[in-house]
Amino acid sequence: MLVGDLFRQELKVVNIGLSSFKESLDEVGAQAVQVDWRPPMDVSDESRRIVGEHAKEIDAANAKVMDIILRGMPQRVGMARAIDVVPGMTSNMILHAGPPITWERMCGPMRGAVIGGLIYEGKATTPDEAEKLAASDEIEYAPCHEHSTVGPMAGIVMPSMPVFVLKNEEFGNSAYCTMNEGLGKVLRYGAFAPEVIEKLRWMDSVLYPVLDAAIADVGPIDLKNLMAQALHMGDEVHNRNRAATSLLYRAMAPAIVRSCSDDRQAVEVLEFINGNDHFFLNLSMPACKVTLDAARDVPGSSVVIAMTRNGTDFGIQLSGTGDEWFTGPVDVPDALFFPGYTKEDANPDIGDSSITETNGLGGFAIAASPAIVQFVGGTTSDAIQYTLEMYEIAAAENTVYQIPYLNFRGTPTGIDVVKVITKNILPFIDTGVAHREPGVGQVGAGVLSASAEPFTRAFEGLAARLAK
Amino acid sequence: MVVAGRIKKGAYFDSVTLMNVARELSHMEGVADAAVVMGTNENRAILSAADLLTSEFESSSDTDLLIGVRAETDEIAEAALVAVDELLENVRGTVDDGEAFTPRSLDGALDVVPDANLALISVAGRYAGEVAARALDRGLHVMLFSDNVPLKTEVELKIRAHNQGLLVMGPDCGTAIINGVPLGFANAVNRGPIGIVAASGTGLQEVSTLVSNLGSGISQAIGTGGHDVKNAVGGVTFLDGLEALADDAETEVIVLVSKPPDAEVLDRIRKKVAGVKQPVVSIFLGTEPEGPNGCRTLAEAAFRAVAIVLGKEPEGVKGLLLGGDDREIGIVDRIVGERSSGQRYVRALMSGGTFASEAEIVFADLGLNDVHSNVPSGSAAKLDDPLRSVANTIVDLGSDEFTVGRPHPMIDYSLRVKRIADEANDPEVAVILLDVVLGYGSNLDPASELDEVVQDAVSKVAVVCSITGTDRDPQNRRAVCDALEAAGAIIADSNLSACRIAGLVARKLEVK
Repeated sequence: MLVGDLFRQELKVVNIGLSSFKESLDEVGAQAVQVDWRPPMDVSDESRRIVGEHAKEIDAANAKVMDIILRGMPQRVGMARAIDVVPGMTSNMILHAGPPITWERMCGPMRGAVIGGLIYEGKATTPDEAEKLAASDEIEYAPCHEHSTVGPMAGIVMPSMPVFVLKNEEFGNSAYCTMNEGLGKVLRYGAFAPEVIEKLRWMDSVLYPVLDAAIADVGPIDLKNLMAQALHMGDEVHNRNRAATSLLYRAMAPAIVRSCSDDRQAVEVLEFINGNDHFFLNLSMPACKVTLDAARDVPGSSVVIAMTRNGTDFGIQLSGTGDEWFTGPVDVPDALFFPGYTKEDANPDIGDSSITETNGLGGFAIAASPAIVQFVGGTTSDAIQYTLEMYEIAAAENTVYQIPYLNFRGTPTGIDVVKVITKNILPFIDTGVAHREPGVGQVGAGVLSASAEPFTRAFEGLAARLAK
Repeated sequence: MVVAGRIKKGAYFDSVTLMNVARELSHMEGVADAAVVMGTNENRAILSAADLLTSEFESSSDTDLLIGVRAETDEIAEAALVAVDELLENVRGTVDDGEAFTPRSLDGALDVVPDANLALISVAGRYAGEVAARALDRGLHVMLFSDNVPLKTEVELKIRAHNQGLLVMGPDCGTAIINGVPLGFANAVNRGPIGIVAASGTGLQEVSTLVSNLGSGISQAIGTGGHDVKNAVGGVTFLDGLEALADDAETEVIVLVSKPPDAEVLDRIRKKVAGVKQPVVSIFLGTEPEGPNGCRTLAEAAFRAVAIVLGKEPEGVKGLLLGGDDREIGIVDRIVGERSSGQRYVRALMSGGTFASEAEIVFADLGLNDVHSNVPSGSAAKLDDPLRSVANTIVDLGSDEFTVGRPHPMIDYSLRVKRIADEANDPEVAVILLDVVLGYGSNLDPASELDEVVQDAVSKVAVVCSITGTDRDPQNRRAVCDALEAAGAIIADSNLSACRIAGLVARKLEVK
């Protein structure tokens, strides 16, 4: 735009800084928009310089990454036992949520879930026995994320557990996730009482074979399409999965009835799905995982490919930084608590479920989910503000997932760590809250901003690679 | 402690609303715990675990709302059970205020206003360069109010902008008027045929308000920031601004305002001016006037520009304002006559740096001796201590030693008010010279800041004051004039006129 052109146009000002200038502009009736500017997050000057110099290279890499993510076609194709399909899974391995962690540093709920998992697996008969085994060299721990898998909350996956198998039809990669146990006392919140193990055994002996047969009957289900519909129906598929679960139920019910020879079992399975609004969470998560994994290892990309918590650390991985984890301490969510519980009882944030935010859903799509806005401050306008703010750090807008209220604008998708640092805006996550002691379960639900440290470290880590 | 329960039939609320209501209940005086849940088996288990399950709930169904309260007394529990209705009513009644989204970055703002064409940037200097670079990336012109931007950054930004056909006004650009819109610390002036390029913010304000008060107006006023006319920057914005005004059909006369540019830059300006078809009036404060329309003071530049527009001689234009030399001489004689023996010095307490420079020039032209300044640019001696005046003294209260950790004196008058009181008590002082700068961003009620101290001072010394502004400014120049005149100050039409009155008083008392 030439200066002379400016003189012939209406002046439209973006005011960045002193808000009194915006007030003056308003007073004279000039068009102006105020920017709520904040200094960038604290990273080394050297890394800022390097990233600045490689801006074009980063943009090109991110464009490639976002093309892969937006073209992803997550489908549910079957079920199997983890040991048979999860890459790298061994009989003495336990997968967990979040970045890598040792037994010594695990939080209460994760330890509880490991104890429950070992009892379920038949490797221990009492909690004491399980704890000894868990602390020994005989058990190998690994993040779900490093094995094409995701798990909500503690995210414990034992070798014999049945898992959903998802495939990215566009790129051919796969992802895995266990079945959702429902609410109340459940393994993923660290509960390991006998009824918890009993329910897991029922899931293994009844739910798994019935669903497996039904999936074979109905064929692959296009989860991307299903989630897009669910967003139009008020889900953000992280903290609210009611619509998605209902849609899945509609898709599965006839197949379950057709393929299950035992009517009693068919009814049990249908009632179980119907009674668990979060049943679909364990499909929305791997759907996001299988979409994002296809975009790993694009050199120079600053797009977050995994963002997750283990209840002790918050960790992220970037497409441009390979398998390296960037971690920092994780916060306790700002939550609404169930009767009898307070923030004192809450464990710091935990679970792989923030894979949904990483893929432009969950907290990033909260404006699509007015039913749960009270977690984010109470009004729909708060929810809309959160989603609008996430566009600031998104690498792209989704081509399929949309926000009806925003005139069907695509959800903010792909967290760009460069934007996170320069704009000083952390990703927004909505989440469930676990009790800090093992065995108690969920105590509330709420929201939090991602921890800052993993992002500053990732920014500097990316700069270090770019400098080479 | 008592536990009480109540079933509300056929009332459906989502669980989050209910958790909020339960939280409100728990916060009631005397309530230890509360639960408000739909009556599913799972929820009954939760109530049981929290010891809130009462016999009432045994017959409940999935669609019933269960309210359980544990409280200190029956009365409190009962009150809490009743309060639920109102709380639920309020939750449903909450109206969304729909507050507009505030973007967090330039890019976010451009999502909201995609055709924005100028970024006004006032963030801390160390970040301002990056923000400005992004604005240029996105094709916006930039006004950079921020100071302390590294010179290297300024040069990079300006060269980039020049190559893109964009303007970077600043850094440290306080004032601009684009398409009639005042930006930063600017005044509400008439639109008209006179375009300004200025490397001095207060200089721009003075010329543009005088032009407006003389009945003419401003087409565009482009600020460049003070560094622009130094060799290191090369006058990039100054020259681009001049060229843009030369090409502008609305601009009939161009005024250039600056402290003395570096020689090479001045040379380039001269060359550029030679190719401009409109008359170019210039005021390079402290240098000899350039060419036929070169001026020595800001007011002279304004008069000359308006005279050219009106086809008159500058002397003829002066009558449009009050004043004129005869009025000034009358005032000077009166002030001199009212002084007691020993009163002989002028103390200029300025808020505008350019006005301090102009005072120094005017005093020198009047032949005043023994002039000191904290910011000497010509013949004045440097003050050893800016806090202590010596003989005839000019103080720029906007210079760094006064502004660290406090707002600019155009906004915060406290330092100047104290200094006025001190100077008035000095038996050697005859006259105090002040500048009052109005407009957007400046103090909204300068008259009330000065009223008391001026009233007190005029019992001992004369107070002469210029008021830079227009009647359409938020402060209203007329109203400020009236208030200060009522307080006993002598109001001049321009900083030049005020300096001349005060300087002449001191000059006359010097030779007396």
